[in-house]
Amino acid sequence: MGDVRRQRIDELAARAGRVPEGEGGVSLVRSAFRRLRRNPVAILGAVIVVVFLVVAAFAPWLAPRDPLAQTLLSEVRPGAIPGPQEGFPLGADQLGRDLLSRLVYGSRQSLLIGVVSTVLGAVVGMAVGVLAGAFGGWVDTVVMRFVDILLSIPSLLMAISISVLLGQNQYALMIAIAVTQVPVFARLLRGSMLAQRGSDYVLAARALGVRHGRIVFGHVLPNSLSPVIVQATLSLATAIIEAAALSFLGLGDPDIARPEWGAMLATAQAFLSVRPALAVWPALCIIVVALGFTLLGESLREALDPKFRR
Amino acid sequence: MLRFIVRRLLQLVPILLGLSVLLFAWLRALPGGPAQAALGERATPEAIARYNELFGLDQPIWVQYLRFLGRAVQLDFGTSARTGRAVTTEFLERMPGTVELTVFAMVFAVGVGIPLGYLAARKHGSWLDSTAVVGSLLGVAIPVFFLAYLLRLLFAVELGWLPGSGRQEVRIDATHITNFYVLDGLLTREWDAAWDAFLHLVLPGIALGTIPLAIIVRITRASVLDVVNEDYVRTANAKGLAADTVRRRHVVRNALLPVSTTIGLQTGLLLSGAVLTETVFAFGGVGSAIYDAIFARDFAILQGFILMLAVVYVLVNLLVDISYGLLDPRVRVR
Amino acid sequence: MSIEAMPPEDAVRGDVPVLEVEELSVTFARRGEQPTRAVDGVSFSVAAGETVGLVGESGCGKSVTSLAVMGLLPRRGVQVGGSVRLGGTELIGAPDRTLRRLRGSEMAMVFQDPLSSLNPTVSIGTQVTEVLVEHRDMGKKEAVAEAAALLDRVGIPDPTRRLKEYPHQLSGGMRQRALIAMALACSPRLLIADEPTTALDVTIQAQILELLRELVVDSGTALVMITHDLGVVAGLCDRVHVMYAGKIIETADRHDLFARPRQPYTGGLLASVPRLDAGRGVPLTPIRGSARDAIPWAEGCAFAPRCDNAQDDCLTEVAGSTVPLEYDGPGRELRCRHPLTYPAAPAGATASGAGR
Repeated sequence: MGDVRRQRIDELAARAGRVPEGEGGVSLVRSAFRRLRRNPVAILGAVIVVVFLVVAAFAPWLAPRDPLAQTLLSEVRPGAIPGPQEGFPLGADQLGRDLLSRLVYGSRQSLLIGVVSTVLGAVVGMAVGVLAGAFGGWVDTVVMRFVDILLSIPSLLMAISISVLLGQNQYALMIAIAVTQVPVFARLLRGSMLAQRGSDYVLAARALGVRHGRIVFGHVLPNSLSPVIVQATLSLATAIIEAAALSFLGLGDPDIARPEWGAMLATAQAFLSVRPALAVWPALCIIVVALGFTLLGESLREALDPKFRR
Repeated sequence: MLRFIVRRLLQLVPILLGLSVLLFAWLRALPGGPAQAALGERATPEAIARYNELFGLDQPIWVQYLRFLGRAVQLDFGTSARTGRAVTTEFLERMPGTVELTVFAMVFAVGVGIPLGYLAARKHGSWLDSTAVVGSLLGVAIPVFFLAYLLRLLFAVELGWLPGSGRQEVRIDATHITNFYVLDGLLTREWDAAWDAFLHLVLPGIALGTIPLAIIVRITRASVLDVVNEDYVRTANAKGLAADTVRRRHVVRNALLPVSTTIGLQTGLLLSGAVLTETVFAFGGVGSAIYDAIFARDFAILQGFILMLAVVYVLVNLLVDISYGLLDPRVRVR
Repeated sequence: MSIEAMPPEDAVRGDVPVLEVEELSVTFARRGEQPTRAVDGVSFSVAAGETVGLVGESGCGKSVTSLAVMGLLPRRGVQVGGSVRLGGTELIGAPDRTLRRLRGSEMAMVFQDPLSSLNPTVSIGTQVTEVLVEHRDMGKKEAVAEAAALLDRVGIPDPTRRLKEYPHQLSGGMRQRALIAMALACSPRLLIADEPTTALDVTIQAQILELLRELVVDSGTALVMITHDLGVVAGLCDRVHVMYAGKIIETADRHDLFARPRQPYTGGLLASVPRLDAGRGVPLTPIRGSARDAIPWAEGCAFAPRCDNAQDDCLTEVAGSTVPLEYDGPGRELRCRHPLTYPAAPAGATASGAGR
């Protein structure tokens, strides 16, 4: 195919993903970013996410103590767990370990589980979706039937089954959560690709004789990604909450060397009447992080959705 | 309409078949295989061999699958390793409790959620609106089991206003016909038993209903905001209809279409996903049974319950589709 | 219907116009945004049996004018000034109840997109009968019979069957006919049609226009036709108001306007329509730029940046006032400092000739 034609098609496809009026040919990504910056909700979400990411990254420097050292163990008694005191701003847990340090370190494991399982689920789901969306025909039918079957199992039940199957370790936990997200991403990407396939710029590219593969990977796929990005952001929130749920059901990561909010929250339930703060703090962390990702995801949706674009 | 329903029912067949394959594969892939799954972890090798022979596990895999399928169709999922009772019996005994709990939770979520979402949209931009939005975001972000514990701690343990565990006080000598305890109480005219069973639903029902509540508020609000800007609402106003008629016939009716789908989907999820809440409140429905089965590695229960719950979930979704067809004439025709 | 909504005797004889709009202005002021004036000092009137056209490009304020007349603009963030009188009754600032009583019975509106303007989940029958039940105190049965008669009148075949159907089951033309039936259900004295044919096929367009014309002639309804289509104007309107950037810039009878447009904008509109009698080699002359190039009226003439006749005084504020709308011969008004001119002998002067 000649360069001129290729250029012409690139132009066409680029225009299809662009804001047609009012913003004078600003690219989709840039105009979305501009709207995001003006949206206080998006900023709040982004700040929350960034703060927690920083805490996770610099945990060893930020945590005041060793999260595993049972410094205050001698003060733990049945019905009494040491509260906030000098050097222990949030007090200690039921084994005399510094709660704040455990929370700081916990952010690493919680975010890691969320990110890994979401990325894993998104990548596999997108691969499945592209397979269906790009080939169409019987491949599409078979693949989507399979996805429908996966969707017919409620996600918590599916995560439980997979956890039981794979045993209890952090990878099993990540995989269990990732699998529940695969069908969602597959369906989303396929639907979005199908919508793009019927659009005028794809017809134009086809009319100009562009190869199928180039249309799919050069034009359809990139233009179908925005709902996937939104879903991935929202999934980060659900993944972290779901990890906590699995921990609560005893299907979490049993390695005590890695503090994790879900596991901390689950263990703390037993001491709720003794010292509620033990549960409240990790719960707050989970809620705030989940809220951060949700706010960011929802404002991304608004920014990328043509319906809101004006 | 009938053809629509029949077609949707036929579409269920491959999904159910696929589900059975998945669960069959799952049971096969378990460490120790189905024999250990059925007999428990401390089964002797001889017992396992006997079991394998008895259930044809030494035969080709497709024969095994067909036999599994044949038993599954007759709702025979073996017996629980823990209680020694038939899985199906356990399920039928526990499902009514979960259904009662789900109904309570959904009535709570719908009863509070739709009016709240509608009011938030009517007063768009007001403090009520902002509160509803923030609340609905929080509702989705809170881990359910934590909320359940908090409610239990506050209203059952500290204040003692409401019962915090079980489905009914043990000291109440109630007659159980259907295993729907509230219904049983009403049927047998044991009013105090019915009332007590109802009180036991309140805290877990609220905990369970929080997520659907949050989602319903948000969808109702967004949907009403969408619909009031529709051209046909302008037409209705241009026709000079009373403000009330416009709202009732042209706004609410259309705004509730997406909400009704959500209600259906959430009902399906609650019926199958009450594991966390039921566990916290030791409620004794299917959810807490699954929790117990996880701990006891009671795979027969897990397999049977998960399959039956998935079927329930699929059937509820089918009902949602059909009722959507009834509500929206555009779907009905196709 | 109450006494105050009844027309005074002389209104019926045509001395008082059905609709009088005076110095109507509409300002959209969103929080944190610069307020924009969509309609600015618009005045016109419509007599019984008369058809008045509001013409202009999209965004010129013609639709906002019609919504302001009907009182259908949202309350929040919108300021409406000036006066709108329907048969002598002031509508601006009138309570919601009064407006609702008048809408549908005394004044009605037909919208642009018939599909989105009909409620998809309510049957056509209900959507027609609800007007009758509301304004004419009909019972359910009576209303159904009347609705069938209305559908029949607007040319929908097999009306009793159609009443049970839903909007998506009707064709585009049918839907627009159904909307017209709803608008005419109470024989309003004023009908506003906002681009009623834009969303329809050409052949259907002609049918709908013919239907509107017949109905106006038969019932003596005052019709306000909002359009960007000069063909619609030529076929239907008695008087035409050309709008640009929220203001009326030229008013004339249909014949005068087509024969001798004075505002360069009107001339440009006419010149950008293909004509059968223009000869093959003659190219069309579009107006430069788009409506978004308008400058605020306070800085001179909003059309000046796109105008071929523009001179220095069009771009600057002269004597502290914007270009006024002034008398320009019998029955004509014009807002322009450098209008198109025509030789003294009127014969042979055509729009296409003068416009370029």
